[in-house]
Amino acid sequence: MSGVRVLVGTRKGAFIIEADAKREKWNVSGPHFAGWEIYHMKGSPADPNRIYASQSSGWFGQIIQHSDDGGKTWHQPGTPPGEPTTTPEGMPKGESNKFVYDTSPETGKPLTTHQWYDGTPHPWEFKRVWHLEPSLTDPDTVYAGVEDAALFRTTDGGRTWQELPGLRGHGSGSSWAPGAGGMCLHTILLDPSNSNRIVIAISAAGAFRSDDAGKTWRPINRGLHSLYIPNPTAEVGHCVHRIAMHRSRPGVLFMQKHWDVMRSDDAGESWREISGNLPTDFGFPIDVHAHEPETIYVVPIKSDSEHFPPDGKLRVYRSRTGGNEWEALTKGLPQSDCYVNVLRDAMAVDSLDSCGVYFGTTGGQVYASANAGDNWSPIVRDLPAVLSVEVQTLP
Amino acid sequence: MIRVVLPAHLRKLAQVDGEVKLHVEGPVTQRSVLDALEARYPMLRGTIRDHVTQKRRAFVRFFACGQDLSHELTDAPLPDAVATGTEPFMILGAIAGG
Repeated sequence: MSGVRVLVGTRKGAFIIEADAKREKWNVSGPHFAGWEIYHMKGSPADPNRIYASQSSGWFGQIIQHSDDGGKTWHQPGTPPGEPTTTPEGMPKGESNKFVYDTSPETGKPLTTHQWYDGTPHPWEFKRVWHLEPSLTDPDTVYAGVEDAALFRTTDGGRTWQELPGLRGHGSGSSWAPGAGGMCLHTILLDPSNSNRIVIAISAAGAFRSDDAGKTWRPINRGLHSLYIPNPTAEVGHCVHRIAMHRSRPGVLFMQKHWDVMRSDDAGESWREISGNLPTDFGFPIDVHAHEPETIYVVPIKSDSEHFPPDGKLRVYRSRTGGNEWEALTKGLPQSDCYVNVLRDAMAVDSLDSCGVYFGTTGGQVYASANAGDNWSPIVRDLPAVLSVEVQTLP
Repeated sequence: MIRVVLPAHLRKLAQVDGEVKLHVEGPVTQRSVLDALEARYPMLRGTIRDHVTQKRRAFVRFFACGQDLSHELTDAPLPDAVATGTEPFMILGAIAGG
């Protein structure tokens, strides 16, 4: 293994941070797309030089960027200058930043509204792409989780996107409601052992699974208990913050919910709480060690209104027993006067022999541990607020 | 030629410096100028107006000759000074946020 490439999305641009396998000396490049919000960047498992980025702005909307050289150069994979922007029949062509909800009667029920914060119906409106999940096998196929919640897919390298309408149309979509950050589809897990299985999560609707490659979907929220909704054990309405799995055991899922850390041993059919001795079970990210499927990481946050660590101490918690028994990892992390948050897509692991763990903060620091969390150090400390962190382990 | 001034972020997306000069067929209106702009720079599609509704994005404004044209009809003629290239058609991001 020759090194790692850390892809960092921030409120004001993207940064790429690289090191060799020792992970001691880091080279920071960026900002790419300066001034734009980069909700997520992720490389293709099938071609590490192919990276996709979600670039967005309240002024100018959504842009998709694509690199074929590991992030050195980027381009928008849409219609090249000079080519027609309509089909020969005169219809507007798809574009790399065109995410249009499917309302055709052939593909299900044209769903027009979800619930607003006050319970009234609200029209579905595309705002941005929160998460990009490249196919495990095809660099040109990518799934996009968007706000307002829906799942899109490209099979042409990001030039055009089509909704997988069975998710919004499966029956509960009209009752989904936004969480505090918006109604976002933020987690997409592709099962390495079963190409037909996809698990996604929406805040605040819950987790959903497809076993036919995204055509049909059903909620998988049995066992979740959320006191902040009228029926705490409802089929949908849970504010799931993040789900993680280990690729060797895709049937085991770990969830950080708004409150509660949860585990499923049956691909989401049922969930049980594993918060155990955590100082607080509120938080956003959760991840799994690259080589130890029972070793998991969370970053406890004091509460849903105080989005900072308890006692001003930034602590990652690690469980080596698949949950319930947690240890605080503090070496190298600030243990006083620290009031940053770690967002749901801002933690990742590498797959070097000694597993590296990485996370970014709303204070602009990206911390790394080259020994599975025992010791931490900042690899960069003064970026804009970090929205996402992904890591590529390079051959 | 029609002169168009883009905000800095869109100049970067379109990979242009300074003003853009466009040839517009027929009447010079917001719609015909934006059609010509997007035909020449497809990477700007969806950033100024919605892909489907073609409505101006909420935080984008249009100015020319010292006038705010943001709320004019999209098919209304733009001022003669824009049509003759004396004055530019300016696309601005509204001042909001940080």
